[in-house]
Amino acid sequence: MIINHPILGPRDAQEFTYLGDAALIDRPDWQADNAAEAFHDYLYLRDNPAGEHRELWFHEQGDRSWLVVTRNTVTHDILNVELARDVARARGRRK
Amino acid sequence: MHSLKAITPLGGTCPQIDHFDGLLISENSDRALASIAARQGREAECSAAVQSILGLKLPQPAKWSIGGAYMAWWMGPDLWMVDADHTDHELLAVNVKRAVGSVGSVAEQTDGWCRFDVSGARVLDVFERLCNLNLRAGEAGDAHRASIEHLGCFVLCLEAGAKYAVIGPRSSAGALHHALLTTAQSVI
Amino acid sequence: MNAGHADFRADGSTANAGAKRGAQVNRLSGGLVNSAKVMNFTFDGKAFQGYEGDTLASALLANGVRLMGRSFKYHRPRGPLTAGSEEPNALVELRSGGRQEPNTRATVAELYEGMEANSQNRWPSLERDFMSINDRFSNFLTAGFYYKTFMWPAAFWEKVYEPIIRKAAGLGRLSMEDDPDAYDKGFLHCDLLIIGAGPAGLAAALTAGRVGAQVILAEEDFLLGGRLNAESFGLGDISGAAWIAQVCDELAALPNVRVMPRTTVVGAYDHGVYSAVERVADHVLAPEVGKPRQILWRIYSKRALLSAGATERPIAFENNDRPGIMLAGAMRAYVNRWAVTPAQTVAVFTNNDDGHRTAADLIAKGVKVTAVVDTRADAPKVEGVELFAGAQVIDTKGRLGLTSVRLRLASGITRDIPCGALAVSGGWNPNVHLTCHQRGRPAWREDIAAFVPAGELPPGMSVIGAANGDFSTAAALRTGAKGAVAALSDLGIAATVAELPQAEDAPVNLQAFWYVKEGKGRAWLDLQNDVTVKDVKLAHQENFRSVEHLKRYTTLGMATDQGKTSNMGGLAVMAELVGKQIPEVGTTMFRPPYTPVAMGTLAGRSVGEEFRPTRKTPSHKWAEEQGATFVEVGMWLRTQWFPRKGETHWRQSVDREVLQIRKSVGICDVTTLGKIDVQGPDAAEFLNHIYANAFGKLAVGKVRYGLMLREDGIAYDDGTAARLAEDHFVVTTTTANAVLVYRNMEFARQCLWPDLDVQVISTTEAWAQFAVAGPNARKLLQKIVDPEFDLSNEAFPFMGCGEVTVCGGLRARLFRISFSGELAFEIAVPTRYGDGLIRALMQAGEEFDVVPYGTEALGVMRIEKGHAAGNELNGTTSALNLGMARMVSKKKDCIGNTSSARAGMNQDDALMLVGLKPVNSTDPVAAGSHLMNAIGVVSAEADQGYITSAAYSPVLGCSIGLGLLKNGGNRKGEILRAVNPLEGREVEVEVVSAHFVDPEGERLRA
Repeated sequence: MIINHPILGPRDAQEFTYLGDAALIDRPDWQADNAAEAFHDYLYLRDNPAGEHRELWFHEQGDRSWLVVTRNTVTHDILNVELARDVARARGRRK
Repeated sequence: MHSLKAITPLGGTCPQIDHFDGLLISENSDRALASIAARQGREAECSAAVQSILGLKLPQPAKWSIGGAYMAWWMGPDLWMVDADHTDHELLAVNVKRAVGSVGSVAEQTDGWCRFDVSGARVLDVFERLCNLNLRAGEAGDAHRASIEHLGCFVLCLEAGAKYAVIGPRSSAGALHHALLTTAQSVI
Repeated sequence: MNAGHADFRADGSTANAGAKRGAQVNRLSGGLVNSAKVMNFTFDGKAFQGYEGDTLASALLANGVRLMGRSFKYHRPRGPLTAGSEEPNALVELRSGGRQEPNTRATVAELYEGMEANSQNRWPSLERDFMSINDRFSNFLTAGFYYKTFMWPAAFWEKVYEPIIRKAAGLGRLSMEDDPDAYDKGFLHCDLLIIGAGPAGLAAALTAGRVGAQVILAEEDFLLGGRLNAESFGLGDISGAAWIAQVCDELAALPNVRVMPRTTVVGAYDHGVYSAVERVADHVLAPEVGKPRQILWRIYSKRALLSAGATERPIAFENNDRPGIMLAGAMRAYVNRWAVTPAQTVAVFTNNDDGHRTAADLIAKGVKVTAVVDTRADAPKVEGVELFAGAQVIDTKGRLGLTSVRLRLASGITRDIPCGALAVSGGWNPNVHLTCHQRGRPAWREDIAAFVPAGELPPGMSVIGAANGDFSTAAALRTGAKGAVAALSDLGIAATVAELPQAEDAPVNLQAFWYVKEGKGRAWLDLQNDVTVKDVKLAHQENFRSVEHLKRYTTLGMATDQGKTSNMGGLAVMAELVGKQIPEVGTTMFRPPYTPVAMGTLAGRSVGEEFRPTRKTPSHKWAEEQGATFVEVGMWLRTQWFPRKGETHWRQSVDREVLQIRKSVGICDVTTLGKIDVQGPDAAEFLNHIYANAFGKLAVGKVRYGLMLREDGIAYDDGTAARLAEDHFVVTTTTANAVLVYRNMEFARQCLWPDLDVQVISTTEAWAQFAVAGPNARKLLQKIVDPEFDLSNEAFPFMGCGEVTVCGGLRARLFRISFSGELAFEIAVPTRYGDGLIRALMQAGEEFDVVPYGTEALGVMRIEKGHAAGNELNGTTSALNLGMARMVSKKKDCIGNTSSARAGMNQDDALMLVGLKPVNSTDPVAAGSHLMNAIGVVSAEADQGYITSAAYSPVLGCSIGLGLLKNGGNRKGEILRAVNPLEGREVEVEVVSAHFVDPEGERLRA
């Protein structure tokens, strides 16, 4: 597979390490009332779609960027690639 | 002056050089390295400090640049490696930190790496067996990271089609050197 | 036996007689072989000669040898069916010793001087094979016979059936020796990858090459030209070979075109990535020293054109597997390209016009054609040969090679026709394989009665020429050139279709015909796996009707040829049985590789010691000089122990090292521990998130132990963080987890807390770090660290750190940390000086009888001290289990703290880390033993925990262990049994504190 890195352009997927669902960015608030339950869901509940899936890939043999790759798990088409840090900020993550 | 003797990444007292017909592989142990990571929100200040104090314009992604006694290549977003002669700049990290102050994080990287300069007419034929970079389409000034022999290495294009630097993890210098030699022998 | 003798002499000369004469009895004139260059070779030990340009198959046929192998199951005599990589029959062992290569297709093995080939799957000889008795028992060896025959009794499977099956199964043998040859890998990039250099591929390469596009033209064969080499017709007013030569010259002059003969593209992967195997030195006796035998290329293409051509398919009829029966197109290839006829008299059996070409070409070369048998009632006439229209071949004769065929004529009468070879054509199947490696599923085209590429082809791929069902030469040239123009236009490169030569443009005239229904004997569909029409009928009868079930049940289409000549026949028979059309039945999946790939090729240079890179420590060279024993820890080679003269057992060395460290001082290279440089105004806050315990208040110049959890609360890694400045920490990780911890830190920094102003970078290799441990550690270091630095307990207390200089001014980092439980420091200098430093330390330590020590002594001392390590942080243990529950801060947000609070992880009887000592001090304690109460049954239900680490403690003079024990915190003094059912051993152990040595920590604070 070829991942079109937002900074470096097309790079072989062999250079990357796969983590999983980009929902891992949405780490729950540890002080929320339902924190235990929220962490349970965060840890163990995943969608497994046949189709579009947002995934975390780490460019380990490259620039060490974490990327959010939107990929069709059926066709392997890669529809969008973003820097995970930008995605995290857009989803309201701060310090 | 301290009393400890240095050895090269390959374990010798002087760098190793290997000749092939149309290829030269030279261990280069005279490089001092320091990484600079710009602090958040201080990226422009960091670049400006490096330019004004070291005379070096930090390069764009996947590029290297040169300025005065210094060279730098891009390692990642807001992260560069600065390079200079070890003989004259052994304390490079200290000097770079002095230049950037609180707008950049600097770490000494000198001995984290080994470097082999590979040059000659057959250099592209050898690299196409070593890594997936499309060096034939590249130009002088390119700086890529690539996996060579399962090792994360930087490959700097010094002269397109003629001279490249391979910078890999120092502890695996022997394995990297072995890969370079066996590949050269396989090709040439 | 007269009849048998006659069988053998199909064409008036036996194979052996021909060989003895050294004559190429079946060699014709012309062809693309170089008769000026004779190649000597052997087959089953007999000497033969062929020519440069031959394959093993063509050279054997030239020498009158049709019998080249025995079939898989029934050991039937077999000869080549094809002239290409789709060959199911003529599989041989090439070379000998470590280079012996089983199941090589003689039809693509390029002849070289000194070639050594042997037939396989026969004993004692190819002509007389004892296992051919299987042929008599064919009724028992039908489809699914494994599943039926070896069902009962179950106990027989492992001891009786499996060994018998293993012995009988398989064709070629492995040499069991190491392959002495090198293999390589490589990476190529192109605008346009053209797969196959037949007329379509060549036209495409010319079109794209002329406009400067980066082109790779890969061809499986050693000659470019594809079918043009096998046919007699020309292009324009020159011969096919002359046209190919012109094209090759032009392509060779284009620097942007890379022509790769002997290169098979074996797989089509996502996003334009293809894999190809180049056979660099398969056509010579042995590669030059250091040169690869084969190269596995990974090709990154922007566009690809598949011009893989088509494969002819046979017609099934009774006894259609005899040597001499081959595909009509293959026979044309032998005649035209290799100037070889398989026999002096030949018949043709066809359902289409293409078969007639074979007759015409044979006649043109002076070979006697005794009959053209055409299943079509309206078959066109052929000049100079008797045509049997509307007829079928219903049986054949010839024990080791064909002698005659029996026909059922349109009139209903039978007739026997003598012939030494039969050319069979059932039509052609486009080579759609690579179009299906992703989501492409071929579609049926009725006019050619074949599947053509369809559905979602690999993105960027288009198909040209015969591979797309355009069978004529003119169509191949036209679609090739147009295909290239279209592909380049996608890339914004303008190209035009150049003028193409006049070429053959015959339409396909074919009446689908799959198998002859007459006869009770066996009609082979899959020659390689001995699958017959009957087997498909049996599979149908037993309800294995889907094509995928059919394949698994009968083995149709398996093994080296993957059914290239057999699948269609099987599908057609099944379609008829289930009363469906062929496209409704569908095909099985096509998966990479297109042709077999040797394991060595996949391994490339990564073999033996170079299987993966080795990491060496800064003191490696020095340790080697000391005669140290090394152990692999991840990619690192670490010193395990340093044997001394007279020590014959590793325990002697390790015990000595431990005792001397505890008595005086020892030195160990600990460079392998991961070092991550963490800087920035938010560095401390970042570490608070990463570690379970708090780091915000750690003073500059101090080190703290840190425990990392996974988000689910399981302990992940441990190490130390040293604060060198307000905004600067150096974190250490375990050797094994250095890469993973760094990856997690980047994840936390970029994805979880993206606004933290913190920068991380690995500096593991930049610093050579040595542990100096033992009561004399300070005294020793004072001789190395420059005098202006005070190392006294007051100035540099336990868990202190700082930047110092050593040996007269070299920058260094000093940490007062201890893994051994002794007074200890770790000293780090730039790696290039590590070799110098270990020598200096050893010299300075002479007066203290300093010992270097390795990972074993390190392990013994940490068990004596009760430090958890990898065996305890084993992916199942929480901070609570490890006795570190209090470290998990509840006042800050750190990875794993919320989940650590889960009830299930905090039960009263949770496992707790304890020490274990044998009641009888001479008893060994074994890691992995399970703990049971002193009295009661030994069972999984009664399990109380297990021993994680064990060692012999030279200090205590007995074995000791660390273990995880239910409610272990409250069971000190209890006697348990450590049960080791694997070795049938039980040892009584006492639960003690995990801190066997210096539980109060007085020594390390000294």
